[in-house]
Amino acid sequence: MQASHIVRSYDDDLKFLANRIAAMGGHAERMVDDSIRALVNMDQVLARKVIADDAVLDEGQREIDERAILIIARRQPLAGDLRAIIGAIRIAADIERIGDLGKNIAKRVVAVSETRQPLRLFRGIEALAELTLTQLKDVLDSFATQSVDRLGLVRDRDARIDAMFTSLFRELLTYMMEDPRNITACTHLLFCAKNIERIGDHATNIAETVFYAVTGTLMPAERPKHDKSPDVVAAPKGS
Amino acid sequence: MRAEGAAGLSEEAAGKETLVARARSRLWRGRWILGAASLALLATSAMTGGPVFAALAGMLFVTAVTVFLPAGGESGRTAEGPALRTAGFSTADLIGAVRDPVIVVDQQTSVVETNAAARSAFLLLEPGTLLSLRFRSPEMQRLLQHLSEAGFEGGEAEYLERVPIERLYRVFASPAGSSGLRVLVFRDRSETRRIERMRADFVANASHEMRTPLASIAGFIETLRGSARNDPAARDSFLQIMQNQTDRMARLIDDLLSLSRLEMKPLIDPDSRVDLVAVVNDVIGALAPLALDCEVAVTREFALDQAPVAGSRDELFQVFENLLQNACKYGRSGASAVVSIAEAGSAPSREFQVTVTDFGPGIAEEHIPRLTERFYRVDTNGSQKGTGLGLSIVKHILTRHNGYLSIVSELGKGSAFTVHLPAA
Repeated sequence: MQASHIVRSYDDDLKFLANRIAAMGGHAERMVDDSIRALVNMDQVLARKVIADDAVLDEGQREIDERAILIIARRQPLAGDLRAIIGAIRIAADIERIGDLGKNIAKRVVAVSETRQPLRLFRGIEALAELTLTQLKDVLDSFATQSVDRLGLVRDRDARIDAMFTSLFRELLTYMMEDPRNITACTHLLFCAKNIERIGDHATNIAETVFYAVTGTLMPAERPKHDKSPDVVAAPKGS
Repeated sequence: MRAEGAAGLSEEAAGKETLVARARSRLWRGRWILGAASLALLATSAMTGGPVFAALAGMLFVTAVTVFLPAGGESGRTAEGPALRTAGFSTADLIGAVRDPVIVVDQQTSVVETNAAARSAFLLLEPGTLLSLRFRSPEMQRLLQHLSEAGFEGGEAEYLERVPIERLYRVFASPAGSSGLRVLVFRDRSETRRIERMRADFVANASHEMRTPLASIAGFIETLRGSARNDPAARDSFLQIMQNQTDRMARLIDDLLSLSRLEMKPLIDPDSRVDLVAVVNDVIGALAPLALDCEVAVTREFALDQAPVAGSRDELFQVFENLLQNACKYGRSGASAVVSIAEAGSAPSREFQVTVTDFGPGIAEEHIPRLTERFYRVDTNGSQKGTGLGLSIVKHILTRHNGYLSIVSELGKGSAFTVHLPAA
């Protein structure tokens, strides 16, 4: 997107898309971070702010879609430009989904904070969120610089996010078996953890889109599936 | 009085002189356009057969306009010009001399110039990068939006980056004269932020983690005063447990303090050099007594004589100390531990890998991704051995060094902890 065109307003169009994506990305990063903090600190005010913030992302996605379609209609872009524009549409959709998932976490804050929860329940969620936010930041930074050399780590980190989610799944299951009173909170936390894991998946999607937009080829190698939670069963005690 | 008068006179003279000089410089700068204009005027008058004096009058008028009409953007150019010529230094030198990160951008927020502090604080800042893509927090977006407007007169915002290391900056943006460029100065406020958080974290963690051992000690005291008062055997065993618990609390406080201190430290200086081979050798030497106690034989498998990285020796010492301590404590049954150093990858992503392998019971798969979490313990019931902070300290130090930890383990065979650090 750095190469310039003869028509200056074409460059402005492409810059507009990139700028809006970055703003949406920053907004989504903040929403996810805030939703986790609201969850851990049981901060319902912050949770409500996150829920309200989601509207900005919906609006952003609409704006990007509209503008992208206009650009395609007016300029009939080719090669890298076309990839960048299609990429913008896809990335905006992924970011919008990330916002939805953050909002969903915020919505569960009320239910989780009905009873005082022990700190240990949240530590795993916090660690998972930290890893996922690092992933999201790295991916959006790659988008900013249009560089693909750091994207190699993305796959590896996605695998770690999945493995961590599986482990968290087991842990929460254990707490539920220990004491049925934990079931409400733990079920909500399980969904929160799943949402965070999904955010990681969307970040990986964005990485793939950036890779394609920049290089014109698909990101190599199939993504290995590391979420083993489908295999996890509540084992009887002592096994 | 007379002196003052003279000063006034000479100032006036200086004023006149600069006027003349300015007119001269303007004519000189416009010489090509003026020449072209006069030629064109003469040519048109010759072709259309109009009077030559009209063409001459036109030329005079244009020249007068050049001398007297105020030119836009001139002050900016003249202000920069002489400074560059006389002092022989560039804007890069100027902002390079500033310790705080400084970024110069154009009106579209595309990076024009950065100083070393900015490049080491924020990676990926090549000239041409759009700053609005790089600093995405909503507050910064507002500032950058404001900055790209024509009549921008300066502004400030907070910039908070939470991962991988929490950092907070106060960003001051101002226009650079009338050049159309904007200068952003980042003042690091991370320390105040970290102190605040450290206090909150410490209180939360300490109160939570201390409660269990304290409750157990209180319980034993009650028993010792009551039913076990006259039972010497029970008394001895209870006192032993109580001592273990107080030891654990002491270790916990040490680890919490160590983690807090780490979080307080500024970023790693990218120009510092530490030799990993020397550090690892020192650690093995320092832990020889512990290894002897645990009856674990430590072997070295170094593929290199030297492994220089950018970083802090003390912090890296702590990393390998924690890893080797764990190998001795948890790998007791294997009776041996291997420390190996190797390199991988090629420049620019060349890295050194230090692996500490033990041959103990190994770690179940579901625990591996969570080992570096604070207070996470594989063994949830006994928890006598560790505080659950050792590996999170390791992870924190490695993050500060742009490195990471990878763990491979198989139940019944042992575990390998590999430290990856970028080569300097």
